[in-house]
Amino acid sequence: MTGSVKAATTSAPSGAEVVIDVRGVSYAIDGHPVFDGLDLSVRRGRITGIMGPSGTGKTTLLRLMTAQIAPDRGQVQVWGRDLAALNAAQVFAMRKRMGMLFQNGALLTDLDVFENVAFPLREHTDLPEPLLRTLVLTKLQAVGLRGAADLAPAELSGGMARRVALARAIVMDPELLIYDEPFVGLDPISRGMIVRLIRQMNEALGITSVVVSHDVPELSMIAHDSYLLSGGRVVATGTPQDLRDSSLAVVRQFMEGSAEGPVPFHYPAPDYYQALLAVEDP
Amino acid sequence: MSAALPEGFIIQRLRKLGAVSVFAWHLLAQCGPALARPRLIVNQIYNAGARSLVIIMLSGLFVGMVLALQGFDLLQRFGSEEALGTAAALALLKELAPVITALLFAGRAGTSLTSEIGLMRATDQLTAMKMMAVDPLRYVAAPRFLGGVVAMPLLGAVFSIIGLFGAQLVGVKLMGVDRGAFWSQMQSNVGLKDVVEGVVKSSVFGLACSLIAVYEGYHAEPTAAGVGLATTRTVVASSVLILLLDYVLTACFI
Repeated sequence: MTGSVKAATTSAPSGAEVVIDVRGVSYAIDGHPVFDGLDLSVRRGRITGIMGPSGTGKTTLLRLMTAQIAPDRGQVQVWGRDLAALNAAQVFAMRKRMGMLFQNGALLTDLDVFENVAFPLREHTDLPEPLLRTLVLTKLQAVGLRGAADLAPAELSGGMARRVALARAIVMDPELLIYDEPFVGLDPISRGMIVRLIRQMNEALGITSVVVSHDVPELSMIAHDSYLLSGGRVVATGTPQDLRDSSLAVVRQFMEGSAEGPVPFHYPAPDYYQALLAVEDP
Repeated sequence: MSAALPEGFIIQRLRKLGAVSVFAWHLLAQCGPALARPRLIVNQIYNAGARSLVIIMLSGLFVGMVLALQGFDLLQRFGSEEALGTAAALALLKELAPVITALLFAGRAGTSLTSEIGLMRATDQLTAMKMMAVDPLRYVAAPRFLGGVVAMPLLGAVFSIIGLFGAQLVGVKLMGVDRGAFWSQMQSNVGLKDVVEGVVKSSVFGLACSLIAVYEGYHAEPTAAGVGLATTRTVVASSVLILLLDYVLTACFI
């Protein structure tokens, strides 16, 4: 994956074992196609960044990867198992091996910070209370919020809520961690800390990570593999450096944040001048 | 067009009824596992029941007092003021306590349940539970449903007791009905069957109101407007269903 950027790759990257394999996936919402023949792979022990403009279906892709929705066509395999063939109990068993960080944290509002982090442990294990407490405090210490254990979610800032959600996502020691826009709305300190945490967990624990984001600088710092989505398919793949060096117009537009390029900035609309004139008509 | 409109409306209602039935089936299936966490159910009995106590007691008191005034006025015309206790008790136990408690429950606890679950949905809390391999039907919906089902008959009983106290207060203290006649007539004319009718009605209303509140919250559109609409639907659907079921149950008991 250190070679030059590839346009619209269709085969799984070679090397480490493939954890998530998306093959020929098409998906539409209310008749509007979101994906049309999407292919991508996530390899074990690596951080895979999925980038793309807003509204390109990044969060929808995560929902497909976690069996929250099923593709109209194509196949999503996780740990070698086709998600469409799993029943509800098997999907839940698979999710116990995953952690997911939601864009807004999604903390349970009727539980305090400690209980939020303890929630998966209480539901899935019979750990004695002292051990459970140790585990929860360890994870809260890792995200720098051990002192906030007794606070309610409503008392947390957005960045703190995201860090608590991260502690909750890792409390079961998952093999796969999925991050949905982890850097959005964070101050530089929290943003830097989340970047470091993602990298640390990958390096120290070997957790496979999928990071969906449109924050190019942060993702470039941590991702081993990157995919750029646009128009319902992968338009480029490679290392972050490959994408930065790419000469493809769509990649350049995204990496440089330009309004001009193949990805339209404006939502389709009638002619601007004609629309303004129409307003003046009685 | 005029023929198509009712047909479409009927199909839409039937679809909704089917969806609610399927949801109820899944919900009931999760009630057993939910019983393993009694703390969650006790919390919900407190939320739906104890927190509705003030409004139920106040309403019961005033309804009982009005009942005594109207009952006294009516019975006086036939020279039967002593039957006031019986009349108030039968009206409260069999009709007013179950129906008014259920209507108040739908407005106080039902809306609270719907908006709480709807907001949990809008803020991805239900999805987060699913991603943690926890079924929100078991953890969120079933305890709230069971809490409502348990709380409703208890609230109905409180309404009846306070209502009788209010009726006695006005009838005996204010209108001068003989205290002994008030209570002895009630004791000799009100039977267990009348109490059972009220309890059955309250239990059925509890099932219906809690199911509607939980269903609407669980299926609310995850926006502020969507949660507001779901809350409104809870009150409207619960109120209509309570009155409809009241007629059906009354017809069954007579």
